[in-house]
Amino acid sequence: MITVGLDLGSVTTKAVLVEGNSWISLIRPTGYSPRQAGREAFEELLGNAGLKRGDIGFIVGTGYGRISVPFIDQAVTEITCHAKGAHFLVKEIDMVIDIGGQDSKVIAVDRFGNVTDFAMNDRCAAGTGKFLEVIAAALGLDVSELAMLSKNADPIQTSNMCTVFVESEVISLLAEGVKRERIIAGIHQSVAARVAAMAERLGKGEHIVFTGGVAKNEGVREFLGKELGRDLLVVPESQIAGALGAALLAQEEVKLKSL
Amino acid sequence: MRPGSMKIFKNFRDLSIMDLENAKKNKTKIVGLYCAFAPQELVLAAGAIPVGLCGTKNEPIAAAEKVLPRNLCPLIKSSFGFAITDTCPFFRLADFVIAETTCDGKKKMFEFLRRYKPMHIMQLPQSSDGTRTFDWWLAELSVLKIKLEENLGAEISEDSLRQAIKLANRERRTMKRLHEINKIDPAPLSGLDLMTALWSNNFNEDKEEGIELVNGLIGEADEIAGNGTSPFPKGTPRILLTGCPVGLGSEKVVMLIEKCGGSVVCLENCGGIKTLGYLVEENDQKDPLEALAERYLKIPCSCMSPNSGRFELLDRLITEYKVDGVVDLTWQACHTYNIEAEMVRDFVKKDFGLPFLHLETDYSSSDLQQLQTRISAFIEVTGRKKQQ
Ligand code: SF4
Ligand code: SF4
Repeated sequence: MITVGLDLGSVTTKAVLVEGNSWISLIRPTGYSPRQAGREAFEELLGNAGLKRGDIGFIVGTGYGRISVPFIDQAVTEITCHAKGAHFLVKEIDMVIDIGGQDSKVIAVDRFGNVTDFAMNDRCAAGTGKFLEVIAAALGLDVSELAMLSKNADPIQTSNMCTVFVESEVISLLAEGVKRERIIAGIHQSVAARVAAMAERLGKGEHIVFTGGVAKNEGVREFLGKELGRDLLVVPESQIAGALGAALLAQEEVKLKSL
Repeated sequence: MRPGSMKIFKNFRDLSIMDLENAKKNKTKIVGLYCAFAPQELVLAAGAIPVGLCGTKNEPIAAAEKVLPRNLCPLIKSSFGFAITDTCPFFRLADFVIAETTCDGKKKMFEFLRRYKPMHIMQLPQSSDGTRTFDWWLAELSVLKIKLEENLGAEISEDSLRQAIKLANRERRTMKRLHEINKIDPAPLSGLDLMTALWSNNFNEDKEEGIELVNGLIGEADEIAGNGTSPFPKGTPRILLTGCPVGLGSEKVVMLIEKCGGSVVCLENCGGIKTLGYLVEENDQKDPLEALAERYLKIPCSCMSPNSGRFELLDRLITEYKVDGVVDLTWQACHTYNIEAEMVRDFVKKDFGLPFLHLETDYSSSDLQQLQTRISAFIEVTGRKKQQ
């Protein structure tokens, strides 16, 4: 049975086609219309596989744009899909920590990759990629430079967790002559502490996979590992975890139906 | 199928304004209450009509924030905003208002609010255990009785108080019976309808009529259960909602749970079943004020420390309503419920092994999308667990 998972994120649309144990994927920008992006990604994926719509047994959509795509068979939240996909990529995990641009989440999973509990940050940007972006901008840097620059630096504690206030705190620290790398390290540590607190509420996992854009930041990863007393696994394909999970859930759905 | 009488409940608040205006023309006094700790029997016994003033709508909050700090629970801001903008007909109609020193935010807000209405603030003890707190609370009830008599120009006789106790108990029993209809699986009433019907009760001009109306709804719900026309398909995850009070205008979490495929079968909060199970003892040998004091002190509100009653109640409700998952709602900046949520999480997960979701939000619609993602994921978890 062949199934497809579509993850309609605010920035990128991901599509994964699963047959048996093998899968193919693609990533495209979402643009202004998730509906159109979804259709185009789906058709391109079919083309790559040399298949027709009729060959696809079930389509699961996820991501914030899932409601705007009419041709999916079922909509499932990104939390459930992401966990399923990450678990498929790294079998023994029992927790996923995902820090993206807009939100961060911690998901506890069972040995089948099913969600048992989860936590998400509230409305504010602290503890997300956005927070790091704002700080980077205040320091005249790009986010991608943060980790390298702060390597091995002694973190300086910042007192504020609110993005707006930290920004001005950073500026006054600079004025006091505190080294940039210490400030960055301090910011990394505070993001890590925030997310670690969320993880500990769920009972911290044994095998944790770290996904999302911020997972690329070694500084945050290291502090997070220290806070949790665990090494965090990072997988290169983590960006498509949601779409992959969606396609796998579609497989389960088909199996369930044929029972 | 949706019960026909829901049409009346949906507009009940507006409909009752006219009745209350008429009552007022006929010299009947109206007394506003903000909280479940306000002993409405004393109001009834004084021949007055008790109405709920607890703010459940977002509209007046902006006005309230001109005076109060923004970082305050929306229920307090809404209540206050309604009063100072004169947009709540019930506040306007009220001749007298009863307030209590519950949480910090509310009791300080009342200090402002008393500039707008004749008000009595009851000093609520911080614990329901022990004889000292009981004696204190009993004395507070005596003070309230005198204040009501003075302000309403009425006399509260022992006899009328006993009558009022019977009436209020009857109303509680009826509302509890309505709530208990949802023990049936699948639930005959949506959580939203159940909430609406129970909440409407705050605005009754005549309790007897209110009881009749609820009885009518119970009849309809029985019928729905009998012919299997529940609004939910079999296997729908059964959710218990606990935490801060909800009502029309602040129903967003109830609405989202049901939109995302859950069925809110039980409302363990003020306005729901939290207070309905506690009756005032109807014993002619007993001082009615004492009976009142006993009953009201039992209300398991997070303002009390400790608040073990809430866990006993949750324990019972989770079992009786065959609950599949628990959602705990905290209004932003409500410290007491927020802190207690961690204990509820422990309790629900360890003692029952059930999925638990804690949400912190306000009355605005700005986070609907975010909430929907969390609630959908929670329903997905609950649904799968139920299947297993
Ligand atoms: S939750 Fe507590 S303070 Fe609020 S209405 Fe209920 S009893 Fe009163
Ligand atoms: S919801 Fe919490 S903060 Fe708001 S009035 Fe009730 S107890 Fe106070």
